[in-house]
Amino acid sequence: MIDTMTQYEPIIGLEIHAELMTNSKMFCSCQVVDSVQAEPNTAVCPVCLGMPGMLPVINRRAVEYAMRVALALNCAVQQHNIFARKNYFYPDLPKAYQLTQYELPIGLRGWLDIELEDGSTKRIRVRRVHMEEDTGKLTHLDRTAVAAEEGTLVDYNRSGVPLLEIVSEPDIHSGEEARAYAMKIRQILRYLGVNAGDLEKGVFRVEPNISIRPIGTTAFGKRTELKNLNSFKSLADGTAFEIARQTEVLNSGGQVVQETRGWHDTKRITFSQRSKEEAEDYRYFPEPDLPPLAISDAWIAAVKAALPELPDAKVQRYQADYGLSAYDARVLTEEKAVAEWFETAVSLSPSSPDPKTIANWIINNLFSLMNEHKQSIDAIRVTPAGLAELLELVERRAINNNTAKEVLAAMFTSGQSAPAIVQAQGLAQVSDEGAITAVIERTLDAHPDNVAAYLGGKERLIGFFVGQVMREMRGKADPAVVNRLLAAALAARK
Amino acid sequence: MDYLSLTEARDALRRGETSSTALTQAMLDRIVALDNDLQSYLTITDELALEQAAAADQRRANGEDGPLLGIPVAIKDIISVQGVPNTAGSKILEGFIPPYDAFVVQKLKEAGAVILGKTNTDEFAMGSSTENSAYVTTRNPWDLERVPGGSSGGSATAVSAQMAFAALGTDTGGSVRQPASLCGIVGLRPTYGRISRWGVVAFASSLDQVSMFGRTVADCTALFQATAGYDPRDSTSLDVPVPDFAAGLTGDIRGLRVGVPAEYFIEGIDQEVETAVRAAIAKLQELGAKIRPISLPHTRYALPVYYLIAPAEASANLARYDGVRYGPRLPGADMIDTVKKTRALFGPEVKRRIMLGTYVLSAGYYDEYYGRALKVRTLIKQDFLNAFEQVDVIACPTSPTTAFKIGERADDPLNMYLADIFTLSVNLSASCGLSVPCGFDSKGLPIGLQLIGNTLQEATILNAAYAYEQATGWHRQVPTLTVQD
Repeated sequence: MIDTMTQYEPIIGLEIHAELMTNSKMFCSCQVVDSVQAEPNTAVCPVCLGMPGMLPVINRRAVEYAMRVALALNCAVQQHNIFARKNYFYPDLPKAYQLTQYELPIGLRGWLDIELEDGSTKRIRVRRVHMEEDTGKLTHLDRTAVAAEEGTLVDYNRSGVPLLEIVSEPDIHSGEEARAYAMKIRQILRYLGVNAGDLEKGVFRVEPNISIRPIGTTAFGKRTELKNLNSFKSLADGTAFEIARQTEVLNSGGQVVQETRGWHDTKRITFSQRSKEEAEDYRYFPEPDLPPLAISDAWIAAVKAALPELPDAKVQRYQADYGLSAYDARVLTEEKAVAEWFETAVSLSPSSPDPKTIANWIINNLFSLMNEHKQSIDAIRVTPAGLAELLELVERRAINNNTAKEVLAAMFTSGQSAPAIVQAQGLAQVSDEGAITAVIERTLDAHPDNVAAYLGGKERLIGFFVGQVMREMRGKADPAVVNRLLAAALAARK
Repeated sequence: MDYLSLTEARDALRRGETSSTALTQAMLDRIVALDNDLQSYLTITDELALEQAAAADQRRANGEDGPLLGIPVAIKDIISVQGVPNTAGSKILEGFIPPYDAFVVQKLKEAGAVILGKTNTDEFAMGSSTENSAYVTTRNPWDLERVPGGSSGGSATAVSAQMAFAALGTDTGGSVRQPASLCGIVGLRPTYGRISRWGVVAFASSLDQVSMFGRTVADCTALFQATAGYDPRDSTSLDVPVPDFAAGLTGDIRGLRVGVPAEYFIEGIDQEVETAVRAAIAKLQELGAKIRPISLPHTRYALPVYYLIAPAEASANLARYDGVRYGPRLPGADMIDTVKKTRALFGPEVKRRIMLGTYVLSAGYYDEYYGRALKVRTLIKQDFLNAFEQVDVIACPTSPTTAFKIGERADDPLNMYLADIFTLSVNLSASCGLSVPCGFDSKGLPIGLQLIGNTLQEATILNAAYAYEQATGWHRQVPTLTVQD
């Protein structure tokens, strides 16, 4: 059966809406607040409520943020920017038009490299990056759910919050690629400090356009747009579902309907929301209340110069300068805060310990403590200087590796420094040969049979003696010194 | 107190011969006596006015002075005054009280002006007779059977009938100059961006401009001076210096180059209007101006271009009136039905323009209509720039006719639209313009001379109008009104 069916190639483009984390809204001075936590309609003013005679003023910081993103995504920044009115009626849109860049967006023709699961890299083209404003939020009351209450509530706190739309070319071919692309965009936005990247709160929204076509053909099939994706997993699964659904429709002789479909997160299926026939005519025209926004070469240059080092550049540098593996470099750069933490620790340890050791300690020990305590790098009490100090103790053989792990755990919970913990708990490594020799002699005296067996050729018993000595010394003895002295002491009893 | 101009009242205040409280009370008394017939005010803010008058008198007692300190004025009911209803002449804003002052109102309050009330307007300033108001029909003080012009007809009648020393209006296509002409007073439409639109209910955003009426050029200038200036809250407001306009009223126009556009003396223009305007131009020449013929070749496209751009912008600007956040709400079966019922409160002319504007912006029609109108608008602008390379001022009629009868054109929108045929181009270009009285027709109805200046050259046209006014004295003729007991 399968063999007789046509093989299809999925064609996917992504539209990403990201709220910009400016202090004030796109066109008024209202504060941008967490729309989940803030009391409804407390961050509003006559401008973002669309009251008669109110006028928009462009938030320069929002433009700067948009420019950062455009530059980071390798777009050409457009110097002549125009906002248009996108006319449609809905009660969450106070002016009944949304101000958005239509014909002349701030960024055009960019690209982004994503890493696929097999370790290869793929370039996704970015069609455009443009600025617009967010809408308010409606809550439809259901009489059956809320006793005696019926109607629709509207909260305009989000109305006028700066929004960036990032549109890809249809270069994506699977749900996994869609996820990788969206995650990479989010990572970059967070690096740029312009978006928190929270899908559940809706500050970062991903909408794929999905179509399929027989492999080897070039014409695009009818596409569906997918909404309500509140996690990256939903994005990957929803896209995969939609590819499978369209394939089944075509294989059973049907036709794909051009429409907007929603993702049902619990049923894990897509369902029809709005067909193309009902699509609106937005009657775009240039916003007469805003003269064209001119962006100077100097402004672009200044924003470009102030861009932080982006993840890809960091990964390369970590490999080249620090000798890290590609995997470790990616893990450390996934979040900017972690990368900065790592770099600070490295800078505080000019010669030793080397960056690789620091990276290992972060990846193998610090991350597990963070997971265990469910804390992010910003929240932990261990500082980069603290880790550097700890590793220096190891390097100086003041403590050994196993002790250091215990000390790190203590640092994590108490916030105390490594030397303080070592001091307080008497964990300092003992290298005093006299003290160690005394313990060795006592240990050998206590186990004459094993000594005899060792001397008789059972050399693996050396481990037993080391363990005994270390136990006696509560793990603080310098293992290298113990080994050397023990060998000498045993030899002496031959 | 009758026949006192704004500047005369100011001088009387300065000499201590009267008080703001006395002037304000006199105006309020006159409004009570006359406005039942004239219907120029929609809201009379008598309590606010008397408070402001007392405050102005106190400021003067404290040694303050200023051209508008204690002067009672009227505001078109489309410009927000905090705490006072702002209807825009529409039922859809009935009872709406803005929680903010328009920029111009802030400026007037700072200057110590007294706000007498809010004046009638065509609904959302759409009209040329004030008959499109959802509330009342304002009468022309020179003939109560006739319209005052529009859309700022309430302010024009109030000033003409001396129920305010001066008044603010808005001029989107001629809405101050045309009623000024029909009511025999001075109306100035400054350059777009010279005055902030903050707090002014939008009709057509790229054409709207706060404008003003006075019985004399100096009166009008005083109100202009007080309201002009940059406002960072209006991104289209111009950040340029504001000259001392009163100081520019020298009356000396020797050497002034005055252009007379052939396209403005067309067939269909009232013969008496043409005669009066030509006589006014001759007077300017007599005063030392150099008259030369000019051409504004794209004039005939101004009307169609205007009626594509203005409704297009209006269709978006008026879409917000849905009863969700403010204004009346007529409950329906559900959310959408409620909005539909509420929107039925718009009047017929407003609905007509919303539909027209929606149509010309629609997919498939945009390029043909709105897009092309924008291109032709550029040509019209260029006409003016070319003309102002040769002349300083353009002189022409303000309106093709004198005041027409109430109801005469109400059922004929196209004929009504022609009332603004000579004023529209100023709004479409970056020019400024004014209307100054230049005589009367055989029925005793006032005629206006329009003077148009280049971008930000208000001082030039004001001085030309001032020279003409001082030489002719038309402004001394006032309508005869019977004050009822």
